[in-house]
Amino acid sequence: MSHMRLILISLLSAVLVGCASNIPDPEATSGSTDGSDSTDTSGYGDSSGMDGENMDSDVDDEMGMIIYFDFDQSDLKPEYGDLLARHAGKLSNSSRTQVRLEGHADERGSREYNIGLGERRSQAVRRMLLIQGASSNQISTVSFGEERPAAMGSDEGSYSQNRRVEIKYLN
Amino acid sequence: MQETLRTWALACVLLLLASHSWAELQIEITQGAGRRAPVAVVPFGWEGGDASAPLDISGVIGADLTRSGRFAPIPPDDMLQMPTTGVEVDFDDWSILGVEAVVVGRVTQTGDNAYSVQFQLFDVFKREQLVGYRMPASRGTMRRVAHRAADMIFEKLTGIQGVFATQIAYVTAKENGRNRIFTLVVSDSDGENENTIMESTDPIMSPAWSPDSRRLAYVSFEGDRSTVFVQTLRTGNRLKVSDRRGINGAPAFSPDGRKLVLTLGGADGNLDIFIMDIATKDITRLTTNRAIDTEGTWSPDGEQIYFTSDRSGGPQVYRVGISGGTPERITFEGSYNARPRLSPDGSKLAMVHLDRGNYRIAVLDLENENFLVVSAGRQDESPSFAPNSDTLIYATRAGRNGVLETVSADGLIRQRMGSGRADVREPVWSPFPRL
Repeated sequence: MSHMRLILISLLSAVLVGCASNIPDPEATSGSTDGSDSTDTSGYGDSSGMDGENMDSDVDDEMGMIIYFDFDQSDLKPEYGDLLARHAGKLSNSSRTQVRLEGHADERGSREYNIGLGERRSQAVRRMLLIQGASSNQISTVSFGEERPAAMGSDEGSYSQNRRVEIKYLN
Repeated sequence: MQETLRTWALACVLLLLASHSWAELQIEITQGAGRRAPVAVVPFGWEGGDASAPLDISGVIGADLTRSGRFAPIPPDDMLQMPTTGVEVDFDDWSILGVEAVVVGRVTQTGDNAYSVQFQLFDVFKREQLVGYRMPASRGTMRRVAHRAADMIFEKLTGIQGVFATQIAYVTAKENGRNRIFTLVVSDSDGENENTIMESTDPIMSPAWSPDSRRLAYVSFEGDRSTVFVQTLRTGNRLKVSDRRGINGAPAFSPDGRKLVLTLGGADGNLDIFIMDIATKDITRLTTNRAIDTEGTWSPDGEQIYFTSDRSGGPQVYRVGISGGTPERITFEGSYNARPRLSPDGSKLAMVHLDRGNYRIAVLDLENENFLVVSAGRQDESPSFAPNSDTLIYATRAGRNGVLETVSADGLIRQRMGSGRADVREPVWSPFPRL
């Protein structure tokens, strides 16, 4: 009789294991790292990080060049307000100065759609700079989608480093 | 006694429940469900000056049939006889082995670099020939001839048009010190005969075949901006088709090869779908929504464009007529459906679908509206139908690298291509070659 019970218990366990779904949902994870204090961490394989870094000597060398974003978001987080104001100030003070805003997305999902997400992020930064005094002809945007990651991992830490806009001074 | 009976009854019910829940998981994780028919591809005979034929044709045919997931060719060591023509075939010797079909053939040298390849396919049970064919070949074309033979054999045995004599294009990324090198590659559908079409230190995206297989459209990020090119494969010459300010992306050829559907972003970054006449470069705008509208693809009749739009919140697939109008939403399963691609027969739509936290390939049957997830990875993307509408190729992950897989449209037969040592992405299957 106890044999039967053992068989029943193992069958029951098999059913329960079969019903379990153990695939984690990345949408459930939240948050991103606050990168507003970082200087340009020219990522792996990003040789373009060496472009356009010629800054004036009277500019604070610690001025951040990367804006980070939450998953599936292109909203500018409030903590970047100050930084963007300083960049806008730099641009409005020197009408010849040009920047390129390079938008990026993490690797999840479809590539061309991620180009769109990266562009949305560059456009959000562009609009903030325009509002705060920069001129339209000083700013160009490009999106690399997921094609130029800063971090190569497939975990939320890497993803949060990849959801970004990089500000590149062209002169 | 009563107690024992009741216990057995309970056990049976639990067993039934268990098998039901396992079956649902099985369709997603199985690599090669379904029966592989035992067949024999006998090593071909050889008549010529060299010690052996330039190519082991029976090996190529056997590998093609194996790769289809529907056949299990028996090893030559198990064969009781080695016929090279029909008259030599002894059906009893093959019946004993349980083999259902036999392929025999021979290669004959007819000139310095000229050969004749013949093969015959027999049904062992009916004891009759199903197809016999003879084709000329050179050393350079012999592999393609072997694939064509495999296609004919496959079609006779399954009723499905074979795609062994087709090509694929894809993008590879390789580390090169601090940087990466990207290449656009065309190869045979089995991964052999790789040809580099274009190489760059900047990303390459979104390759697309022209309907005559002579050109590839793609997006290049050379110069730190996105540009759409159309390159002629035979000459390597390329035409800069769109380098407008902002995003230029997601090209796809119309069925008549004269137009491209494109994504343009413009200065304000609002991605929308456009149609461009390649000869005149004239563009027509199809969408005006503030959403991301991208990844356009043509219906086989050339009348509709399917595309990705997040106008309802997250990305979903929409359809719009080529003369414009209000796009119609096509996908309603789940929160993320993107990168639509139609089967060449117009009956099915493949896409990237978010399935319980994993990005997977799904196929929507446009006729009966069945929706099926056909892949099992976490980051699957870039589905492309083979020209027979029966198989798809897509990119998945093996560790850090992208690797290609094929899957039958019903999700039952899935095969990995390659070792995962290279980082491969964005595969596109060529049309049938126009002879």
